Amino acid sequence: MSEHDQDLDHDPDFPIVIEGVTNAFGDNVVHDELDLKVKKGEILGVVGGSGTGKSVLMRSIIGLQRPRTGSIQVFGKDIVAAEPDEVIGVRNRWGVLFQGGALFSTLTVAENVEVPLKQFYPDLEQQLLDEIARYKVVMTGLPADAASKYPSELSGGMKKRAGLARALALDPELLFLDEPTAGLDPIGAAKFDELTRELTDTMGLTVFLITHDLDTLYAICDRVAVLADKKVIAVGTIPELLESDHPWIQEYFNGPRARAALASKERGNELDKSSEGNA
Amino acid sequence: MPCFQALCLAVVNISKHILSIMQEGADFTVEEAGGRTTVTITGPMRVSTIGDIDSLLREIEEPVQFVDISQVAPIDTIGAWIIYRFACDKGAEVLGASEQAEILLDAVEESTSSADIQPPRDMLWIRVALSAGDTVFDLFEGAKRNIGFLGAILAAIWRTICHPSRLRGKALVRQMELVGVTALPIVGLMSFLIGIVIAQQGAVQLKQFGAEALTVNLVGRITLRELGVLMTAIMVAGRSGSAFAAQIGTMKLTEEIDAMRTIGVSAVEALVLPRLAAACIMMPLLGFYSSCVAIIGGAVISDLTLGIPFLTFLSRIQEVVPVYDFWVGMVKAPVFGMIIALSGCYQGMQVKGNAEEVGLRTTKAVVMAIFMVIVLDAFFAVFFTEIGWA
Repeated sequence: MSEHDQDLDHDPDFPIVIEGVTNAFGDNVVHDELDLKVKKGEILGVVGGSGTGKSVLMRSIIGLQRPRTGSIQVFGKDIVAAEPDEVIGVRNRWGVLFQGGALFSTLTVAENVEVPLKQFYPDLEQQLLDEIARYKVVMTGLPADAASKYPSELSGGMKKRAGLARALALDPELLFLDEPTAGLDPIGAAKFDELTRELTDTMGLTVFLITHDLDTLYAICDRVAVLADKKVIAVGTIPELLESDHPWIQEYFNGPRARAALASKERGNELDKSSEGNA
Repeated sequence: MPCFQALCLAVVNISKHILSIMQEGADFTVEEAGGRTTVTITGPMRVSTIGDIDSLLREIEEPVQFVDISQVAPIDTIGAWIIYRFACDKGAEVLGASEQAEILLDAVEESTSSADIQPPRDMLWIRVALSAGDTVFDLFEGAKRNIGFLGAILAAIWRTICHPSRLRGKALVRQMELVGVTALPIVGLMSFLIGIVIAQQGAVQLKQFGAEALTVNLVGRITLRELGVLMTAIMVAGRSGSAFAAQIGTMKLTEEIDAMRTIGVSAVEALVLPRLAAACIMMPLLGFYSSCVAIIGGAVISDLTLGIPFLTFLSRIQEVVPVYDFWVGMVKAPVFGMIIALSGCYQGMQVKGNAEEVGLRTTKAVVMAIFMVIVLDAFFAVFFTEIGWA
């Protein structure tokens, strides 16, 4: 990767470039000189034990948490150093799905989707806004009549999809997902993974995906970044990571759950092959 | 002159800027050839560059056979939606779609729906009737739950009397500290100021009759009988009644109360009784403390403005205030404390659903408590006057 180290400001292949970021709450150092680059068009899974600062890292990238030191460049713009006004042009190029969906509880799902559109493009006609909200709701796999429902009327899985619809409202290039499959049943989680992959391919997204879900990692992630010891200790495809001898990585990917996830992935591949063969 | 030149330069720069913005946006042309109309859309069709192309396209009235999008790049789903919807409305064929545009057009086509954005609303008169009906039913339900809650408390009190060891001593002391001790500064300051105001304003009026000396009677009797306890009750309702509702409500949301029940701990015994007892015990003490501080406030201002020496004021209090004034206050105080604690705990126990409910219930607890306290105070005032404690 060293060939990319020069002239990072204008490198369109890396929408997110994190360099030397240190985050700390009081004396508790969460990240110490952390580096990470996200490639354009990939789904990057971010894993790590509880408390390793996965969410803090995401909050730092989207400007909700100011790191002590270091630089975070999103589309070539330094989020840490930039004035709030300067970041607006970057903000409308990303979408964020928070863990619980974080839908506005007093608005219907469709109105939730319209909020970012109205915020960034106040000139859009209401008729077009309503049309956009309708197709985004269906696109994220919700039934069409969910558009008029309030968040309190939705199940956990539907809230996540509605949150995703809002995150995708502006057709972003960059999508942040914070544990999208946490709290979903295995069927719902698998469907959500599928949806993420589909939308990524359709809309050409780059996805920063925080997860605990090994199935998600095996099923849809192009690369995986491992957070441990206050740093990103490894980034790569799962086979690459398996060659690492870091104890946490070994435990994580060779534990019983990981093996089960791998087995199910392989079963899935075999099924695909056999169905292709039949066709 | 250099100033003028700079201005010109700025104007040129700005117009260049505007031009560049206009060039960046999407645009379209309408061409007719051989009785067939083709709309050619050009430029980037992204949410940031579409401008008002959507409303302009809607204004086209003539039939359109073809939509040429071969010069559209880049495109996002919103641009694809506008093209798709326009083509659908006109029954036109989309030509020259790039690979990316093809994918997006298919994606939005699969996602069309005509669902409502707003939830369906009933007619006004139906809604009025519905809400009136709901209110009546809620009233009955509320009364039932109220009685159930009081019954549970009475049962818990009876169990505690039969087995005094079940009393939660630690929780009781903790609540007494929270309700009483920590309220001392704020209740003291409030009472001191009220004493000052009563003495000062009373003196102004009494002066018209040449009866400034009666300021002592005014301050002493009104604070011990009425204001000391009443103002303290309002303060405790705001401080502790709301805290009871919020604490118990949050515990309900986090399923702590369900966990207690599963283990076999009675929530009423563990949570409600200590708070109820603490409020009943601390209210008379706080009320008496409040009256004393108010009298001191009155004495200070009398010393400063009326020329009644501080100690004289205090000794006159002993002469002019009958003992039953003290008892009037002390009988009311625990009742007020009970009302506040019951209201707070009851509303807390009624929380279910979401965090918003905690806020609503807390507000309700405080409003109900203060209202009940004032209503009861009026009854007490009539009652004590009737039995001769005037």
